Amino acid sequence: MPEVLSAPLVVEFPFTRSLGPVQSAFLTGLRERVVLGVRTGDGRVLVPPVEYDPVTAEEIRDLVEVAPTGTVTTWAWSHDPRRGQPLGTPFAWVLVRLDGADTALLHALDAPGPDAVHTGMRVRVRWAQERSGAITDIACFEPYEDETGEVTEAGESAEAEAHSGEFEDPVTGIVAAARLDYTYSPGRAQSAYIAALSGRRTVGERCPSCRKVYVPPRGACPTCGVATAEQVEVGPRGTVTTFCIVNIKAKNLDIEVPYVYAHIALDGAGLALHGRIGGIPYDQVRMGLRVEPVWTDGARHPDHYRPTGEPDADYDAYKELL
Amino acid sequence: MTRDIAVVAFAQTDHRRTSDELSEVEMLMPVLHEVLGETGLKAADIGFTCSGSSDYLAGRAFSFTLALDGVGAWPPISESHVEMDGAWALYEAWTKLLTGDADTALVYAYGKSSPGSVRDVLSRQLDPYYVAPLWPDSVALAALQAQALIDAGDTDEPALAAVGARSRAAAADNPHAQLRGPVPRGDYLVRPLRTGDCPPVGDGAAAVILAAGERARDLCARPAWIRGLDHRIEAHALGVRDLTDSPSTRLAAERAGAFERPVDTAELHAPFASQEVVLRKALRLDDGVRVNPSGGALAANPVMAAGLVRIGEAAARIHRGESDRALAHATSGPCLQQNLVAVLEGDPR
Ligand SMILES: [Zn+2]
Repeated sequence: MPEVLSAPLVVEFPFTRSLGPVQSAFLTGLRERVVLGVRTGDGRVLVPPVEYDPVTAEEIRDLVEVAPTGTVTTWAWSHDPRRGQPLGTPFAWVLVRLDGADTALLHALDAPGPDAVHTGMRVRVRWAQERSGAITDIACFEPYEDETGEVTEAGESAEAEAHSGEFEDPVTGIVAAARLDYTYSPGRAQSAYIAALSGRRTVGERCPSCRKVYVPPRGACPTCGVATAEQVEVGPRGTVTTFCIVNIKAKNLDIEVPYVYAHIALDGAGLALHGRIGGIPYDQVRMGLRVEPVWTDGARHPDHYRPTGEPDADYDAYKELL
Repeated sequence: MTRDIAVVAFAQTDHRRTSDELSEVEMLMPVLHEVLGETGLKAADIGFTCSGSSDYLAGRAFSFTLALDGVGAWPPISESHVEMDGAWALYEAWTKLLTGDADTALVYAYGKSSPGSVRDVLSRQLDPYYVAPLWPDSVALAALQAQALIDAGDTDEPALAAVGARSRAAAADNPHAQLRGPVPRGDYLVRPLRTGDCPPVGDGAAAVILAAGERARDLCARPAWIRGLDHRIEAHALGVRDLTDSPSTRLAAERAGAFERPVDTAELHAPFASQEVVLRKALRLDDGVRVNPSGGALAANPVMAAGLVRIGEAAARIHRGESDRALAHATSGPCLQQNLVAVLEGDPR
């Protein structure tokens, strides 16, 4: 059996998200070094704020300002920071109840080591140098000593002050970049298919039950739900079973429009695969046209298919594959 | 109309650190064939099919549609999918059977964590405005919960280590488990959690068949009747919740009838040792209950299948006559955000 293939796969996307009135006020506030919460119907202050009471589901819009100082309610020491996390040096994850708030905010605490962190310790916000209206405008928290030089323990029961939530040039959306790295392995059947392509051959797999040859093979017959294993070489010639004419030029794609994209049943295959048709005017492509693959140097799959010059296939020969 | 519905067959893969040589459908197919074989059913006989998996684990959109090849989806079948643990797919299938629209259901779930970094992947299910931009990983969030439990006096580090040790000792009898027998406590992964307090990262799949009424008796000598099934959710924001408790689990258990009579077995989906502490308290399990005889998620944690495996393991003990009334629990989301409880019973002997 050929070696199972693998390749890096990066999934990266800049998610653009719009903000509601409460989230907009909160994130704009962070840009202006102001921490806002929201007061629920029963008088609790939620920080970070949400638009609906998590208990009653009531809409809540009553913004208040809380202190940039607070108390750690729980923590965890991360000695090996991961990509994207707030600090590159060892730090503590903390839930912090800011003075004036009844709920806690998740963030990072910059501390020299785990022995310097405990539940109940007093901390304050360290603002990021450059702020754009995002949770990362809080760079992290840091231990907070009061005027006596002691790290204070219990927070003064600060009163949250009402706040209009209005700022100049409010932030109405965020762009949240996300990137995940994978190593993709296509498994046994598709590895064999790709390996054969490197020799300019196309292999499918025959279902032991219904005898159809699947190409590209995925290791299972979708009709019978059984494993396929018997490799069968198909093509290289095939028949156009159906097609469409593409009139929109794709970005970064060096193909002149209009062009034809077709389903092609390779000889011996039990279902059609797709490919572009070239070497013939687009308006002369037809069902039943006999075609063969055209390879370009260094390519990992056929660039396109062109007419073989044979007579067209009978409709009955491919109607099952439409 | 009330119908009795039972789990009549269960199969799972051997859970392994990597399964590069297999595509998802290649990994899944043997367990599908195994449950069908146990019942003598063919794919075409199944009334409803439902699956659980996550595109984020695979890194590919609509990855679950390819897995359908393993089911035999032609001619067209009645099928559905949840982007969650397969336990929730089982909930959907149970509901479908309750309506009388189908008499049998195939439920399957699979997850390959090996292609990516599951700690980072799971961070993408967090609040995208306030939390996800900080990239807190799943172990860090569990560690915050563990520290809260330690501060509350509900556990300590040796007690957490004992949960891990007990789980992996139990898994010595489970040929499918990924971690078995003595496993070192290891170093801190995110303090206070050590590697031994955390689940192994691995790939795996599971499948069960549900059947209603007499059909269940035809297909299985001792069906595991689902007496109750409920799932509940609590606030997404960790700072709003009391991390030392799980009111959603307690409510789900109450609605599933778990507190009406004692259970003898509990399969708890607690990927972190500290979460077992929370669940035992929420479910009022005393020392008379056999907790996670399979080894639980600390012995094998195929993400998206581990919850379905809990229901399957509980049912299999009833099938084998090793349990008469068992509780199965599944979780999803950070720090036990969402919880499902099933109560299963065998016929009186
Ligand atoms: Zn077949």
